[in-house]
Amino acid sequence: MIVFVSLLVFCIFLCLYRVGKGPTAPDRTVAIDILGTLVVGFCAIYSIITKKDLYMNIGISWALLSFLGTLALAKYLEGRGFDE
Amino acid sequence: MKRFVHVLLLFGIWLLLTWSLHWQDLLAGVIIALIADLILGDIYPVNAIKVLNPVRFFWFVVYGVTFLGYVVKANFDVAYRVLNINMPIRPGIVKVRTTLKTDMARTFLANSITLTPGTLSVDFVGDHLYIHWINITSDDAVKETEIIVQRFEHMLERVFE
Amino acid sequence: MNEIIGLTLLIIGISFDVIGCIGLVRLPDIYNRLQAATKCVTLGTCMILLSVVFYTGLNSIGMKALLCIWFVLITSPTGAHAIARAAHRSGIRLWEGSVMDKYADDREGAEDIT
Repeated sequence: MIVFVSLLVFCIFLCLYRVGKGPTAPDRTVAIDILGTLVVGFCAIYSIITKKDLYMNIGISWALLSFLGTLALAKYLEGRGFDE
Repeated sequence: MKRFVHVLLLFGIWLLLTWSLHWQDLLAGVIIALIADLILGDIYPVNAIKVLNPVRFFWFVVYGVTFLGYVVKANFDVAYRVLNINMPIRPGIVKVRTTLKTDMARTFLANSITLTPGTLSVDFVGDHLYIHWINITSDDAVKETEIIVQRFEHMLERVFE
Repeated sequence: MNEIIGLTLLIIGISFDVIGCIGLVRLPDIYNRLQAATKCVTLGTCMILLSVVFYTGLNSIGMKALLCIWFVLITSPTGAHAIARAAHRSGIRLWEGSVMDKYADDREGAEDIT
């Protein structure tokens, strides 16, 4: 299991590289969106290891909240108000 | 009647999430389903209930299986393009036309297009859909529509319209 | 038996995740990155969640994993669509090797009229 966790950490470092380097703002937004989905997979592997459903609760709320964050960032990039 | 179906659906999701039949959990579930329906019931899509019709449900299952097949194919396509040293991509944004009318069907069409091989939906204007295509093979608008949209259109038409 | 299926799904899912992240780093512009990353990471995460179902069986953990698959499948393409549209409207052009951009042509025509 430790191999899979370290591979996911490697993926997260690739995403962080894109967040740091990304020439434009939408590039960073994409990387943050993908990072959120990767963390859901991370929580799933931890729930396999520990056999507790606590980690799946975190995963579900992380998926929904990262979706909301992505939508908010997209609206901000588009230059519109949040009430539309 | 519509409200009742909504509350039942929300209560079902609550049961799956808590996975316990203790009376306190059930009571909290009913109260929360009622409150959520009071606040958000107006923006709930009406057409979703039509899927429970058996003929539509059969086509929904057919659509789901086809969709999963295309998703797996799309992943191998992306793996081929990313791991190849020369990166054989020829990207661009094309414009295709769809005949679907309801919002629900259009949402499913756009999401399916995003997850199928080499395409990403960018915007919907009127009847036209702008699609970013990673490897453009034809310059003819009619042919593009045939290749991209008609994989799912006839199934979604039977499910949602 | 279930553990073997779960392990296979886990390996396939994580390799798709790695491929998606390599695509995120290698591909030339934001739209291509969005394509590779969204497709591969969505299916990879769904396979990891499915392997949770095979490892633990249909109890509270497995049911939550199935609901999470549904949420990820619905929300991930919608988020990608929102980012692509926002990027195009905020003025990011396509990669110089691109063939055509009908969206920019149509939008410039519309802005001239209004």
